Amino acid sequence: MVLKAFFPTCCASADSGLLVGRWVPEQSSAVVLAVVHFPFIPIQVKELLAQVQQASRVGVAVLGTWCHRRQESEESLGHFLEGLGAIFSHEPWLQLCRERGSKFWSCKATHRQVPASLGAPGQDQVMLIFYDQRKVLLSQLHPPAALPDHQAGDATASAGGLAAVFDTVARSEVLFRSDQFDEGPVRLSHWQSEGVEASILVELAKQASGPICLLLACLLSLISAASTSRKANMLVSVFLDVALGLALLSWLHGKDRIGQLADALVPVADHVAEELQHLLQWLMGAPAGLKMNRALDQVLGRFFLYHIHLWISYIHLMSPFIERILWHLGLSACLGLTVALSILSDIIALLTFHIYCFYVYGARLYCMKICGLSSLWRLFRGKKWNVLRQRVDSCSYDLDQLFIGTLLFTILVFLLPTTALYYLVFTLLRLLVVTVQGLIHLLVDLVNSLPLYSLGLRLCRPYRLAAGVKFRVLEHEAGRPLRLLMQINPLPYSRVVHTYRLPSCGCHPKHSWGSLCRKLFFGELIYPWRQRGDKQD
Amino acid sequence: MNNRQSQDPRRAQARKPKPARPFHGCRRATAAARSVGRGVANPFLRKWVQSRREDAAGGLERRRPGGWGDRIMEAEQSFSDICGGRLALQCRYYSPSCREFCVSCPRLSLRSLTAVTCTVWLAAYGLFTLCENSMILSAAIFITLLGLLGYLHFVKIDQETLLIIDSLGIQMTSSYASGKESTTFIEMGKVKDLVINEAIYMQKVIYYLCILLKDPVEPHGISQVVPVFQSAKPRLDCLIEVYRSCQEILAHQKATSASP
Repeated sequence: MVLKAFFPTCCASADSGLLVGRWVPEQSSAVVLAVVHFPFIPIQVKELLAQVQQASRVGVAVLGTWCHRRQESEESLGHFLEGLGAIFSHEPWLQLCRERGSKFWSCKATHRQVPASLGAPGQDQVMLIFYDQRKVLLSQLHPPAALPDHQAGDATASAGGLAAVFDTVARSEVLFRSDQFDEGPVRLSHWQSEGVEASILVELAKQASGPICLLLACLLSLISAASTSRKANMLVSVFLDVALGLALLSWLHGKDRIGQLADALVPVADHVAEELQHLLQWLMGAPAGLKMNRALDQVLGRFFLYHIHLWISYIHLMSPFIERILWHLGLSACLGLTVALSILSDIIALLTFHIYCFYVYGARLYCMKICGLSSLWRLFRGKKWNVLRQRVDSCSYDLDQLFIGTLLFTILVFLLPTTALYYLVFTLLRLLVVTVQGLIHLLVDLVNSLPLYSLGLRLCRPYRLAAGVKFRVLEHEAGRPLRLLMQINPLPYSRVVHTYRLPSCGCHPKHSWGSLCRKLFFGELIYPWRQRGDKQD
Repeated sequence: MNNRQSQDPRRAQARKPKPARPFHGCRRATAAARSVGRGVANPFLRKWVQSRREDAAGGLERRRPGGWGDRIMEAEQSFSDICGGRLALQCRYYSPSCREFCVSCPRLSLRSLTAVTCTVWLAAYGLFTLCENSMILSAAIFITLLGLLGYLHFVKIDQETLLIIDSLGIQMTSSYASGKESTTFIEMGKVKDLVINEAIYMQKVIYYLCILLKDPVEPHGISQVVPVFQSAKPRLDCLIEVYRSCQEILAHQKATSASP
């Protein structure tokens, strides 16, 4: 297999030294984490590596040598570096070399223990892959959507391949604590070496931001025990909610809008009631040219008209208090936009209570009619519903039973269009109200469950959320090892939303379209906000 | 030039019988070949063409014309897609273990753009004469601009690239007309094989190149089929070129991974 050497871009300009990192034998890849500079004492280097290995449980070792020839006359350095191979033995021993001002590198990997009978003189083909250490350290790899049945077992198996590289870099934070500019016994070069700012103000700001970040982290940990991204998403959602709510509040309470709203509310309710009355007058006549049963029509129509009359009286009774009630309800917007929207949904439900009542009356009447019709239809055919066995059985009826049954069946059939029409009209009105309420609930759900922090992170720091990697072939010269640049492939926005979406309140209607149509046809009442498993009546 | 033209009838004979296409494959040597010198380039090129034609699928010992294997090889060929449009395939051989295939689709044609714009604006003008509202015209302009930008950024793919690196993986890149690039990388450990598959697409039966992914549970099963060059949809001759090249690398990869 071709030997892959993952080299951090920050070390490409470092001075000569030893390569320190992890060797993954299954993929034949060497992940270089840092470069140890001269002068060093081999014992101290080994001690440091043992410490790092213990703290991070990553198999860090000396992988080879790195030679950066700045002048022409550094041949002795090459020999010295080769001698180091005897002190730190590692299989295979990597030797990377870069000439000053040249873009092309030379790489050699020697195996000492491989017998020469294999043909090649113990050398491997080497492929150099550059990676940005800081980005790989901070990024979180999201494996592609796994099949649902292989989730638990594959958590360890996926540590192969490139996930191993990310894992190695992420766990070796201990190694990155000391730097070549620090006073320790060993001088290392890694991504931290790039981070020294030229401006003292920026450095001071960085030092000051440390305790602030700690404080924020403590606050976040107090809120919930969920993972960091979940906490951050929830916090940002709540902040946005409250901010929007306060904006709504200031808009409502300015320029006496509450008064205007209260003044407009009663006429609107009156207008709705009037429209309903017109509708009922229309139904009591000959709606759409259909001929209704006059007596039943009049009874139902008058009954509903009286109901509307009661409702209008009730609204007029409430009208002096409406402004004050609205003002107090408007204050609740400071708790958040979602609270204000939920209250709006409840107000709509209260104001359209009469439509809900009409729907229930119409549905119950229609349901009774359908039940009667189905039972009498069975009688027609000489069958009966067996309650004990929950099935249809044949039954021999007496003649008078059959006679009365047929009579009742005929009556019900001829009264069916009237009842059905009332049921249809009021069901449509009810569904309209339910749709409006449903839209408000959807909006509330959206504000609550959208992972804004993760979306912001994806926008500003795309390398933090990685879907994978992408490679780019760098300038290549024949005879030299292949050089690739590994970059992080950020997660697409749809997957960010899908992965980090907060759990919503789950009050979506659990009916499928089929069951909804079935319930509508048989006149069963529809409860849109009832969950499955709640007590049915 | 004479040598090149004499190659074409031989190549046409050696190919499998296919429906007549308007474009024959024509090969151009790149700067690397031109630097060798015009007189020498042609015999090398002819040998290279011959060796690629005679090459069976797989095979580690691929006969390379002398002195050619150390350079980065680049070759561009012209093919056609399933609808008869013109495609260009560019193969780059960076090293024995790394190859790149780039299929360029035809650009957005001025004719279709003008046709769509005229249709939208005529419809808007018709609405305007009915409604006498000038907002409709501004809305039509806005919609056309947004639609064009959206089309260039989300729909129109200019180039599709397949990069295969031995023992690392296969990378597929789609470059959109607005410059956006969308990349997918599949690790070599997950790749089972690269095959040419047949499919029924609308009213045609087409060939497409696809990558078979291993099933983690079942050793001989396939968990997913990932099609390559989905929007370019080249024909079988182009696919065969890419397939043969990739199979060399995959065979080498399998041979080295089998021996630990």
